[in-house]
Amino acid sequence: MHSDVWIAGGGVICGIGNNLSECMNAFKHMEPGMAHMEYLHSVHRHTFPVVEVKASNETLAGWTKMPDKISRTALLSRVAAEEAWRSTGLGDIRQYRVGFVSANTVGGMDKTEEFFAEYLQDNSKGHLSQVIHHECGAITELVADAMGIRHHISTISTACSSGANALMYGARLIKNNMVDVVIAGGTDALTRFTLNGFNTLMILDQAACRPFDDTRTGLNLGEGAGYVVLVSDALAAEMPVGKAPWCRLSGYANANDAYHQTASSPDGIGNYLAMQGAMEMSGIKPADISYINLHGTGTQNNDVAEGSAIARLFEPHYPPVSSTKSFTGHTLGASGGIEAVFSAWAVKEGILYPNANFSKQMKELPFAPVTQFSTGHQLQHVMSNSFGFGGNCSSLVFSKSAQS
Amino acid sequence: MNIYIQGTGCVSPQETAQGGAFPENVLPWEGARLKASEPDYKQWIDVKLIRRMSRVIKMGVAAAQLSLQEAGIQQPDAIITGTAYGCLDDTGVFLSKMINQQEEMLTPTAFIQSTHNTVAGQIALMLGCHGYNNTFVHKGFSFESALLDALMILKEGRSKSILTGAMDELTNHSFNILSRFDLYKKESVTPASLLHSQTHGTVAGEGAACFVLGTEKGTNTKAKLTGVTTLYKPAGKAEIAADIAAFLAAHNCSEDEVSLVISGRNGDASGDEWYEHMENNALAGKPVACFKQLCGEYPTAASFGMWLGAKVIAEQRVAEAALFRGTTPTEIKKVLIYNHYKQTHHSLILLTAC
Amino acid sequence: MENLMAALKAQIVEQLNLQEVKPEEIGDDQPLFKDGLGLDSIDALEIIVLLQQQYGIRIANPEQGPEIFYSVRTIAEFITAHQTSK
Repeated sequence: MHSDVWIAGGGVICGIGNNLSECMNAFKHMEPGMAHMEYLHSVHRHTFPVVEVKASNETLAGWTKMPDKISRTALLSRVAAEEAWRSTGLGDIRQYRVGFVSANTVGGMDKTEEFFAEYLQDNSKGHLSQVIHHECGAITELVADAMGIRHHISTISTACSSGANALMYGARLIKNNMVDVVIAGGTDALTRFTLNGFNTLMILDQAACRPFDDTRTGLNLGEGAGYVVLVSDALAAEMPVGKAPWCRLSGYANANDAYHQTASSPDGIGNYLAMQGAMEMSGIKPADISYINLHGTGTQNNDVAEGSAIARLFEPHYPPVSSTKSFTGHTLGASGGIEAVFSAWAVKEGILYPNANFSKQMKELPFAPVTQFSTGHQLQHVMSNSFGFGGNCSSLVFSKSAQS
Repeated sequence: MNIYIQGTGCVSPQETAQGGAFPENVLPWEGARLKASEPDYKQWIDVKLIRRMSRVIKMGVAAAQLSLQEAGIQQPDAIITGTAYGCLDDTGVFLSKMINQQEEMLTPTAFIQSTHNTVAGQIALMLGCHGYNNTFVHKGFSFESALLDALMILKEGRSKSILTGAMDELTNHSFNILSRFDLYKKESVTPASLLHSQTHGTVAGEGAACFVLGTEKGTNTKAKLTGVTTLYKPAGKAEIAADIAAFLAAHNCSEDEVSLVISGRNGDASGDEWYEHMENNALAGKPVACFKQLCGEYPTAASFGMWLGAKVIAEQRVAEAALFRGTTPTEIKKVLIYNHYKQTHHSLILLTAC
Repeated sequence: MENLMAALKAQIVEQLNLQEVKPEEIGDDQPLFKDGLGLDSIDALEIIVLLQQQYGIRIANPEQGPEIFYSVRTIAEFITAHQTSK
């Protein structure tokens, strides 16, 4: 329990970039990634824009040296996990006790869909190789095996908050000295299953999503993966010359809204408790938060619940806030991981990310999101929110190295 | 810090729910598939909620309620579940309709209920529990990860009691597909013959087992949960032997102190070699109890093993239907549960009498 | 109208799997949501699909739900209005 938990690096792949630097360029140049479906084959391809990673499975397989027949969820995971590990400069991964905690919600569903099409015609048909990686955990193992990680592997699935919960569990493994390093985050590929599922809830926007805007009518689904590398005090001190931890994971909390299976309570009690709990663990007050990376899906329900909870907690000094989902779309199980990378990088680089497509102030809220990309800020503490079905609400706080 | 098992609840292919006849009466099965013996769920779940729940959700919620009742706790500080397959039935329903109806005219219920955290979310909703809520979905480590998370949180000192457990269901689709992977026995077996069959394959099972873990000893406390560890793809049987030794040492337990071993034997000749090796070497001469002849094989079956272990310690008795090797020890102080799932996911759980 | 309401009751019970409710027990004017029959927003989405499947009526904006789905009678009136206007 004595060690702090440090962010030694991170990696991300999503619809606005195949690595962190490409994503930063997209933010800088205000280039959100919404487009017509190119790789996902759905009857809704001309109805709903999505934010796809701009690479085919064959291309991703080429980058990762993994077979192109495996689930896209695993291919995306590998790209981001490799970038995360490389960014630390810590060298051969096998010299450490390493954990891999990867969240996802779809597992190998992209392949299961193909299998089921044949299987439903005749239940002795369908290639078993297409369902062998159906389980969420199978995706984690494909990547752990490819990277040579075996000390501790686990998979978390709490809908849209999954990735953030992976960081919490990873941090506990470090604090309990079970491992030296944890690569933690999440991955999810777009699938017809999730696209159609969200469509039945009537919360998909047919235009680009408008988080925290009064005219918002829903979310855009995205895909990708994002991981941070969590290390202990001891390993943080041993990072090679020219490398230093980005920041600390100083606080985290997970609370349940306990209101409805899918909808958030109007006042966002779960959101409130998660943010409050994370700040309490960091030992800071609301006024100390320099920026909030919102969950901000763009649905009526989420944004008013999250916004109300922020209003109640931060009144009267609202920090800058924005939803990077206005660029990346909602990447579900990956979003907590991807936004953890953005948030930790924001602390290091002093970046405020823009919220795209904002034009009209929400009438329920006393604050508006940041709409311009800017750098050079002193961001002492950055909060990242992830909320999901089942009432799952999680908040993380990333802090500069020295306690303020 | 001691972590106590304050209450347990189990829905399984045996009559393990409240007032059930297990272990005096062991239910038989047909073919290679064990189905859960389901209690009347209306005693715990509002009919308005039941209408949307698939079996895995009902089993999970019932096991959770049973464990809370036994612990005398209405509101745990956290809810942590493990499930390898999640809500397979709802997944199958939505997927089939999506394909058969060409992505048109789909309804939300099956999709909503198909997410892996549905059980933990439903329990929180029913209890109005705003505490920590997490769901692990890592194959044969799903239950162990949930236990480990609960142990770490309790040791942080801010939570007093945590509801944790695991649940997995078998559906017609999943049984059919898993059978095509040649996992199950072709010949007919019985609870008595399964573990001695010495042939390929096992029998499929399902179920839910929940535990209230806490930092204080309650009136119905059954045992202490001393430790849990996982080992992924061990290089060989020698590595497991070393791991068992290291695990026991880490918890200040000598091999002599282990009163009983609960092993995950499932009748598959090749898989059972791991248990055989452990029973003949690292833990030679110990009495051995088994449980998969009672609950079948599934990725979170170790939760049934732990439920059985807690019961054995509480009653100081090993049911005849479970005893595999040796005789019931006169005093049962420490029980070591060794399980593996498909020889890939190995886990150790140590329980201690209190 | 009476026949339509009777049909709707049976379809609602079936679609929403209301195990302990008999179609004839639902009052024509009984509120369907909250304190009435106890339906919620997920049920509203189910009913939207039901109307599309059974009556060919599309409701694009779920915000309209609470008004249209107030009771079996309001749903029947909505269906009648939309079918005759075609």
